[in-house]
Amino acid sequence: MFRRAMHPVPPPLRQRALPIIATLLCVAVASLLVAGMSGSIAVAPAELPDAVAQVLRGRPESLAASLVELRAGRALMAFVTGGALALAGVMMQALLRNPLADPYVLGISAGASVGALFALLMMCAAATVDGAAMAGAVTVALLLYLLARRDMRSGVAVEGGTSMLLLTGTILQSASMALVTLMLSIAPEGRLRSMVFWMIGELAGAPLRVLPWIVLGAALAYALCNARAMNMLALHAEAAATLGVRVGAVRKGLFFVSAVLTASAVTSAGAIGFVGLIVPHACRFAFGPDHRVLIPAAVLGGGSLLVLCDTVARTVVAPTQLPVGAITALIGTPVFLYQLHRMHK
Amino acid sequence: MTIATRQLELRAGDRVLVHGLDWSVAAGECWSIIGRNGAGKSTLLRTMAGLRAPDAGAIALHGRLLPDWPLEALARERAYLPQSRSDAFAYSVMETVLSARHPYHANHYWEQSDDHHAAVNALAAMEVDHLASRDVRTLSGGERQRVAIAALLAQDSPLLLLDEPANALDLAHQVRTMSLLSRLCRQSGKTIVMIGHDLNLAHSISTHALLLMGDGRWHAGTVDDALQAPLLSSYLGHPIDAIENKGRRIFIPLEAPHD
Repeated sequence: MFRRAMHPVPPPLRQRALPIIATLLCVAVASLLVAGMSGSIAVAPAELPDAVAQVLRGRPESLAASLVELRAGRALMAFVTGGALALAGVMMQALLRNPLADPYVLGISAGASVGALFALLMMCAAATVDGAAMAGAVTVALLLYLLARRDMRSGVAVEGGTSMLLLTGTILQSASMALVTLMLSIAPEGRLRSMVFWMIGELAGAPLRVLPWIVLGAALAYALCNARAMNMLALHAEAAATLGVRVGAVRKGLFFVSAVLTASAVTSAGAIGFVGLIVPHACRFAFGPDHRVLIPAAVLGGGSLLVLCDTVARTVVAPTQLPVGAITALIGTPVFLYQLHRMHK
Repeated sequence: MTIATRQLELRAGDRVLVHGLDWSVAAGECWSIIGRNGAGKSTLLRTMAGLRAPDAGAIALHGRLLPDWPLEALARERAYLPQSRSDAFAYSVMETVLSARHPYHANHYWEQSDDHHAAVNALAAMEVDHLASRDVRTLSGGERQRVAIAALLAQDSPLLLLDEPANALDLAHQVRTMSLLSRLCRQSGKTIVMIGHDLNLAHSISTHALLLMGDGRWHAGTVDDALQAPLLSSYLGHPIDAIENKGRRIFIPLEAPHD
């Protein structure tokens, strides 16, 4: 007992989990309110409760209510996209046991770019572009699964890490990027701008849809159910099997769920960078690597970050709208470098 | 009979490492697996841990074939210490040891208080309780090894499979860890199968030894039967002398002839 008193064990994560998640929920709500208020015509905080109430009743009458409705749709899209990217990043990092992995590392977003750019090149309608992006992402994911099935075999006899998956993904990404470059170089001037903007990622044209929320909800449920198993994989790699974890099944699940999340996110908003890398990192840095807290924290943090970045993107040089991917990269780079520096001190 | 192999064959590529291994380990026994580098010691232990399928033959735990065990039930029966580990994330020592309690509470979201109790006791047993809140990636090699063994103790299974438990430990901790393992066998009735290169440590704590030649041949027996200088010399490929000193048998490798 004396020894224990000398070396107090930190309070269990269980006790810290609730305050952390509650705080992040408040941050998320605050970010949505900020997004609703800011723009070329600001909505005063005093008008906000009435405007929100009108929107919720489905009958926006005042100017403030119309503005809030317009901005809320876009902010909610930003939130679901950011949450999906951050969650996909957490899952990919646990799957590959590499804190530098992000949702794009396996080339799924590059596949989406090939599809979307091809549709843009062919002057297709927005819905077709989204469909083509989804088809590209799915094609790459299926190819990856076929080629690197070895790393995700079910059963107990799992040998080796996920190097096959990572290398195959890297190669598929290079191949996709070659196709992207090819299309950009033959595209007529008029279509280049929309193609480049798609690749940087932007939320301007994204309509509010229900499907991304369903995908995020289902993926979050899957991730929370497997949070303990993800800890085991992150800690013990293959040896997690000797602690009762179905390593093959969990790897397969992480791969497919993060692929669907990535595909859903890039389909609605293009390949927005850095969110899937920075947010899991920052959350680990602040709250520790335990996935039971990391997963909900990353979803809330990623969603809030993208809402705020998108607000900046559409207000900072208004009326010109910047692609949100440029803002996330500008904010993400110094944050990442700072963390990296702190970590190695 | 705790764990038994039947006509077990292990291969690495085309090479046959172990052939026709009929071997059984009874409860409370402490086995050392001894052989040269690449003789198949770790492959055998990984196969016994269920991380790898046998190339032929079968392994049964309590009379039930390994693939027929549900993974969680198996994890409550046997624990495995890998030869090495790589830490990718900043988990704390406490979290690392608590993770070994996974098979007891896989359906709960959080650990229970008895898990914390087991983890704290295991940390104290391996003298790493003062490191509880440290990031595992900042530990020295020997400290990390002690934390890994502490996790194994927290798993609290009757059968322990250890791949070089004395790896990276300083002399004092080698001796203390080995006597802890020996006490677990003799007093708590645990069964231990471990790989080690120190013949003297192996002889002082083991009840039995399995020698692997690396070409399919093997020899299993009690310590007095298997740890004989001529047999060891042939299995390890180097002349070894045995001396009796204060009731202990000490093995000394003879000097290589200078040429």
